[in-house]
Amino acid sequence: MNRLALARADDALILGHRLSEWCGHAPALEEDLALANIALDLIGQARSLYTLAGAATGHDEDHLAYLRDERAFTNLLLVERPNGDFAVTITRQFLYSAYIDPYWRSIAATQSPLAPIAAKAAKESAYHLRHAAEWLIRLGDGTAESHRRAQTALTQLWPYTDELFDPITPDDIAVPRETWDTTVNAVLAEATLTRPDPKWQHRGGRLGTHTEHLGHLLAEMQSLHRSNPGATW
Amino acid sequence: MSTEITPLWEVFIRSRGGLAHRHVGSLHAADATLALQAARDVYTRRGEGLSLWVVPSNAITASDPTDRDMLFEPTASKIYRHPTFYEVPDEVGHM
Repeated sequence: MNRLALARADDALILGHRLSEWCGHAPALEEDLALANIALDLIGQARSLYTLAGAATGHDEDHLAYLRDERAFTNLLLVERPNGDFAVTITRQFLYSAYIDPYWRSIAATQSPLAPIAAKAAKESAYHLRHAAEWLIRLGDGTAESHRRAQTALTQLWPYTDELFDPITPDDIAVPRETWDTTVNAVLAEATLTRPDPKWQHRGGRLGTHTEHLGHLLAEMQSLHRSNPGATW
Repeated sequence: MSTEITPLWEVFIRSRGGLAHRHVGSLHAADATLALQAARDVYTRRGEGLSLWVVPSNAITASDPTDRDMLFEPTASKIYRHPTFYEVPDEVGHM
């Protein structure tokens, strides 16, 4: 099993599923479509990565997405955080995209088996980053209420960001922290938001020790396949 | 996001090089940057375009529907203005 591809696939699938939960519920029609578009990009990335991850052991994408239990998922804790309000969803998207966008571009330039998938994903993540950054700037520098919500979201999600920087396998590449800091600090400054400095950072997603939220997500996401094994469209 | 305070924008897409931007619809967005993002997300999901314009709807001056007869009726009887009396060579392409 390609552990690197599997973990990156889990990140994409879980975040994609979270965004898909907004379908029909977003604050405006335009954002409903925008979030669904991003969800579909991420689920598409997950499919390619799962196919790569399972090739050696003969597991297909459906098996890896629908027939593994919580402890077998190695996604970041950040991406399984509940949607909360629009500010939480946008902030989560921004913090993740600010890491994964330079990550895809870096690994696309290597000989890694992930490189072809990364080259395609980089075009998608570039837009995800821009979309979330523009919104975060407007929420932070908008009304008193939107500023309060954006700052609350940032404070709530920040303790899940250190895990972004942990390499998944010894041959994984790492995006320098300064790259992420430069992107994040510039947007936070424009958004008039304060960078949090928590004493504690949560970890464990990469080892399969998740928050209480992932189990609920999987129960919903996997129920159709588990009650109708082998179901197809 | 209330539509009462969110401005309306008209969206134009150029589908291929050489063609003009065509009006495809409208959307609500707080400013030009978000309007362009929303236009991309709402109107180009199936590979419709290579270039996007967004224009504030209130920047458009429209003709008055009650002026229709005055403005457009007189041309109905002037069929000689239609270029239907000769054939356009295929090589001309888009007209």
